[in-house]
Amino acid sequence: MNSIRALIVDDSSVMRKIVERSLRQAGIELSQVLEAGNGAEALGVLREHRVDLVLCDINMPVMDGLEFVKQLATVENAKGVPVVMITTEGSETHVVQALSCGARGYIRKPFTADQVKEHVVPILGGKS
Amino acid sequence: MKPVNELLAASSRHEHWTPLLEVAVREVFELMLACQLAKPEPVESPSLNVTAMVGLAGRMCGVLSFRCDARSATLMASKMLGVAPDKVGHEMADGLGEICNMIAGNFKNKINGMGDGCMLSVPTVITGSDYSVYSQADSPPVEVRLLFEGLPILISLQIHS
Repeated sequence: MNSIRALIVDDSSVMRKIVERSLRQAGIELSQVLEAGNGAEALGVLREHRVDLVLCDINMPVMDGLEFVKQLATVENAKGVPVVMITTEGSETHVVQALSCGARGYIRKPFTADQVKEHVVPILGGKS
Repeated sequence: MKPVNELLAASSRHEHWTPLLEVAVREVFELMLACQLAKPEPVESPSLNVTAMVGLAGRMCGVLSFRCDARSATLMASKMLGVAPDKVGHEMADGLGEICNMIAGNFKNKINGMGDGCMLSVPTVITGSDYSVYSQADSPPVEVRLLFEGLPILISLQIHS
């Protein structure tokens, strides 16, 4: 099993820690965890670092998660990197919107490590 | 001022949301903090001096507030972070804000049509108890009182129709 580099994007530092812990509890080996507090910061991180997975909130100041996913294609390093949204916005419309913007998965808060595993592991394929 | 019969009608309209709000709160604590909440014995209102608030706008307008004391808020953040309570610093407010945000989101997603039609604000956290809240709510709040690790918490939804 390979270990992966993940970027966790959420305006709450506590939530970023919870997401990281859930990834580890889901059995996903992490070689590096990068963090960003909003979409604009995340784009900056991705211009400097290559990652294998992005987990991203939707409601954030400065740049929200949907705009971040739309702009991801402009970052050379991030092309093809899967994004999974983790958010309190749980309606079908939000899910469709996120997936049509380019997200590969959608997890509603509150969530369990099992749900993270269920949504993230298939997206990673053989990477983890 | 609204007539009493209008207030009573609004009150009964939202009364059935109390169990939904309680389920939303319990789910957040079970899934994110791995703990069960208990029902409190009827006692005098304790001093709850940390308040997190999330605004709702759209099909449902109002404010969801989550109140507890500083000891509970620190314990909640420590459980969320997986660290000892004495290691919790500024994360206390961040953690409480996130709990309030998740309760608000979880609650609105349980009501038909609200998931799409109701937006949440980012949370605000106030510490201290020397303040007053002015609300334009036109009905009594939907309230849930529970115990977290034996300590009281109060969740209140004030709705403006």
